[in-house]
Amino acid sequence: MSAALLVADIAVPPAAKRAPSLETAGMTKIFGPLVALDTVSIKVEAGSFHALLGENGAGKSTLVKCIMGFYAADRGSVLLDGKEVDVKSPRDARDLGIGMVYQHFTLVPCLTAAENLVISRADAPAIIDWKAEMPKLEAFMARMPFQVPLDRQVSTLSAGEKQKLEILKLLYLDQRFLILDEPTSVLTPGEADEVLGLLGQMAARGEITVLMISHKFREVKAFCDSFTVLRRGRLTGSGDARTATVAEMSSMMIGDTEVRERAERVMHNDRSAVLELAGLCAEDEEGRLAIDRVNLKIRSGEIVGIAGVSGNGQSALVEALAGQRPLSDGRVFIHGKPFEPKRSDFDRFKVYGLPEEPLKNATVPRMSVAENMAFRAFDKPPMASLGWWLSPGPMRRKAEGLIARYRVKTTSPDSPIEALSGGNVQRAVLARELSGEVDVLIVANPCFGLDFASVAEIRSQIMEQRNRGAAVLLVSEDLDEILELSDRVAVMSGGTISYVSPIGETDRNTIGQHMAGH
Amino acid sequence: MTGADLFIVLIAMVGGAIRVSTPFMFVALGECLTEKSGRINLGHEGNLVLGAMVAYAGSYTTGSPWLGVLMAGCAGLVLGALHGWICKLPKVNDIAVGIAFMSFGTGLAFFFGKPYIQPSAPRLEAIPLGDWTGNSSIAQALQVNPLFFVGIALSVFLWWAFRNMRWGLILRMTGDSAASAKAMGVSVDMVRLLATAAGGFLAGVGGAFLSLYYPGSWNEGLSSGQGLMAVALVIFARWDPVRCVFAALLFGAAGAIGPSLQSIGISQGYYFFNAAPYILTLFIMIASARSKSAAREAPGELSIVK
Repeated sequence: MSAALLVADIAVPPAAKRAPSLETAGMTKIFGPLVALDTVSIKVEAGSFHALLGENGAGKSTLVKCIMGFYAADRGSVLLDGKEVDVKSPRDARDLGIGMVYQHFTLVPCLTAAENLVISRADAPAIIDWKAEMPKLEAFMARMPFQVPLDRQVSTLSAGEKQKLEILKLLYLDQRFLILDEPTSVLTPGEADEVLGLLGQMAARGEITVLMISHKFREVKAFCDSFTVLRRGRLTGSGDARTATVAEMSSMMIGDTEVRERAERVMHNDRSAVLELAGLCAEDEEGRLAIDRVNLKIRSGEIVGIAGVSGNGQSALVEALAGQRPLSDGRVFIHGKPFEPKRSDFDRFKVYGLPEEPLKNATVPRMSVAENMAFRAFDKPPMASLGWWLSPGPMRRKAEGLIARYRVKTTSPDSPIEALSGGNVQRAVLARELSGEVDVLIVANPCFGLDFASVAEIRSQIMEQRNRGAAVLLVSEDLDEILELSDRVAVMSGGTISYVSPIGETDRNTIGQHMAGH
Repeated sequence: MTGADLFIVLIAMVGGAIRVSTPFMFVALGECLTEKSGRINLGHEGNLVLGAMVAYAGSYTTGSPWLGVLMAGCAGLVLGALHGWICKLPKVNDIAVGIAFMSFGTGLAFFFGKPYIQPSAPRLEAIPLGDWTGNSSIAQALQVNPLFFVGIALSVFLWWAFRNMRWGLILRMTGDSAASAKAMGVSVDMVRLLATAAGGFLAGVGGAFLSLYYPGSWNEGLSSGQGLMAVALVIFARWDPVRCVFAALLFGAAGAIGPSLQSIGISQGYYFFNAAPYILTLFIMIASARSKSAAREAPGELSIVK
């Protein structure tokens, strides 16, 4: 009897409800003096895979947050299947079948995948009968295009599995309009292709409609059938993603600004190794090996880019080199001499760095811009006498010089550095780190979340240091950045370097396969 | 020490562990419930003392000790709810509020408790589980208060509910990731308020045990920091209600070393043995601070973990 019921349960056609279409009409959102969205009207056809393109700050997130009911739009309306709907909260959106996958995870780490799915249901029973729920969940999982182990705690899942589970959760809740906010940033190229491809097939069968925020043209070209571009809160174009060219889309995105060129690269003759990592091991917070016997040599005048899906030890490697994470084994040599990540050694060997999230890792947010820019030299003349008596005058003058040279936008050298925008914090730290002579430069995700102009500037600064003969270790989750800047590529996977190749002898596919651990 | 003496000491320790552990168990379960929701209530010492006072007064006025227990729970519930309500105001730190409530609860108990120090109130009856043995020391050790079994049943229920009931999952969700809970339309503040109030109720019941069973009278020196040690105990038990019971038994046994040695006439180092639970607390704190798996199991929203 129960088996028969079960079969009936599975036999319910998954596409009983059809994919909806969604339109916004004249959507406008104003935050104080900033018009974040200016009468934006987009149309996403039922069963389409629609890309929403735009630079950072173009208003993509604001638009989807208005659709989801996080923000109340100042003007404009949302039409679902042609009928105007009133979405006041994410709950309303859920009831209408509109679901969103955020850039940060909304799964509860301490619950298992199954618990996360069941509790997300509006009608979760007061007492959960796992004996009855598990077969239903397994049946659901079986008809889904990709699977995630149900009984594992979410905190033990990989980033890719979490992302898949986020999407599965929406499908489990029978949400037919999916909004994905840069869903592939934590996936390997292979996983990204798998997930997007399968969602694309579901859309093509008319089961779901997908609106994906993205800035990766490759994915948009490969999987989307239509697109909309926003720039500075306005709609600047839309069309068929299969026929539009990348150049057309990118000119809609960045407008009249020139697309940046590859930074000038000076060819060096083969030079000696400057930075040598010998068998580095370090543990994560839970005592597992975060990096496992990392060996790498970087020559002077060379950029080695470390590619990898986030969470494969790149952050731990940078932290270990910066002295934020103790090494459990291995040595670092610079010019053949042992290096300890201490202030005196950073000085002696001229090691500089731009860590990821510089506001957190390289500044004291509430101290002034001038003080933050003086971290490298505040205890040396002319900023200090006798090593302890600090003089604010020279400190300020030095900061003023750096602010002008690196075009850091700040109201004054005395304002707290946390008041600066992300790009300007990045520039301020870079100004501090590059103002002296650099032998070794360690950079992690230097352009994360920056606009086109800043990206070009920061990349050219890094290239300039290379051209002057510094050994540069570049850790980046952006494969394009690595392909643009590096002389050699190394791939990190599972805490160790699994692949090294000169840039000319490899391609995106090969790197992607090694990123996935093959 | 002869074999017989050792036997007496061990039996006395078992009995002592059962007696001493009960208040630990209730406070720890209350604290566990509160911390699972992502908030710490350090004020349980206040709940415990106020509970002891209210239980004693209630039992004295109504003549029913069980009514006293209920009233103690309600007093704890009010304190807990107040803590939960204050903590949901913006920029309020739950640890600071907890310390304030520790003093508040104790002060309140001392203020209203003065008239009840002298009179004698009806106590809770124990269940004699060891009478059939005919051995007086065993019979005495196995005089077990029903609240002990209530506590064990409660811990098993909580353990089960955290996995199998909707509110259990929502509580864990709130404690581990407030953002996800909010995204799901759960009122984080309300969940925490309810959890803190329920936790306060349990701590109040723990206090009732102190004044109505063991030591079994109301005076101002009744509690000796059990409410605070229970917080350490929850960390030691890694936020698992069933492990809370075992941890409480361990603490209880440590507390019973001194009295049981005294029962066979060894009074040397009496004060040292009486300090055993405190020393144990210290070592447990050090050990659990180093433990990586404790860090993994801690609810992610706790202010001490963040």
